[in-house]
Amino acid sequence: MRREAAPMVARLALIGLVAGVFSAVFGVGGGIVLVPLLISLVGMETHQAAATSLGAILVTATAGVVLYAARGEVRWGYALLVGLPAVAGAVVGAHVQQRLSGHTLTLAFSALLAVIGIRLIAL
Amino acid sequence: MSGWAIPAAICLGLAAGVLSGVFGVGGGILFVPTLLLLGLGQVEAGATSLLAIVPTAATGVLRQRAYGNLRARAALVIGVISIVGAEIGVQIATRVDEDVLRRAFGVLLVLVAARLGLGVLRQTRRYPDVS
Repeated sequence: MRREAAPMVARLALIGLVAGVFSAVFGVGGGIVLVPLLISLVGMETHQAAATSLGAILVTATAGVVLYAARGEVRWGYALLVGLPAVAGAVVGAHVQQRLSGHTLTLAFSALLAVIGIRLIAL
Repeated sequence: MSGWAIPAAICLGLAAGVLSGVFGVGGGILFVPTLLLLGLGQVEAGATSLLAIVPTAATGVLRQRAYGNLRARAALVIGVISIVGAEIGVQIATRVDEDVLRRAFGVLLVLVAARLGLGVLRQTRRYPDVS
């Protein structure tokens, strides 16, 4: 267990680095990169990968907000307008997710990836 | 801003939240176009989307922790390191052709989608009663 701890941290760090680079370069959130990497490199089950991805996004987005807010780029009213309904949506979404099997969730996630991928190619 | 913009923004916000809760993404993929629709500039929309992501992701994280799915320490390591990654990404983005990169990333996503999807389908065929 002790011997596995170091490579695991290195793998997590690599995933964080890749997700950060991709989100900055392509303007897409880290989630669509994080979930497949957590499944393939860490061996997480899809529900775990999605939950852990959200935790990582929370940290990164908070840091981003602080930086952008200091430059006066954040419009608080608009953030509330879309963010408050999204909070309600997130409760529903997490509930729905918990009822989906790992297989169904992975299939649905790959459909989402394909749609985003095709949109990026076609744009 | 026309009359339907605010109800539309609320609906799209709700949809972004559902997407976030189900798939573990931030929701920016819907927040940013919604904010652009409301008349914000590209940078403002990106920055404001990040703020909307904070309570959305926080809600998802709390629910997921209750369900026992969250690996908090892994999330923290990834989150902190990805701030460094984003800084590197900004440097890369200013130096290379954006269109080529975006298409290449699109192709990569489609390939990953195919691999994930086919992996599940193959597994389901081999063990039909496990779902």
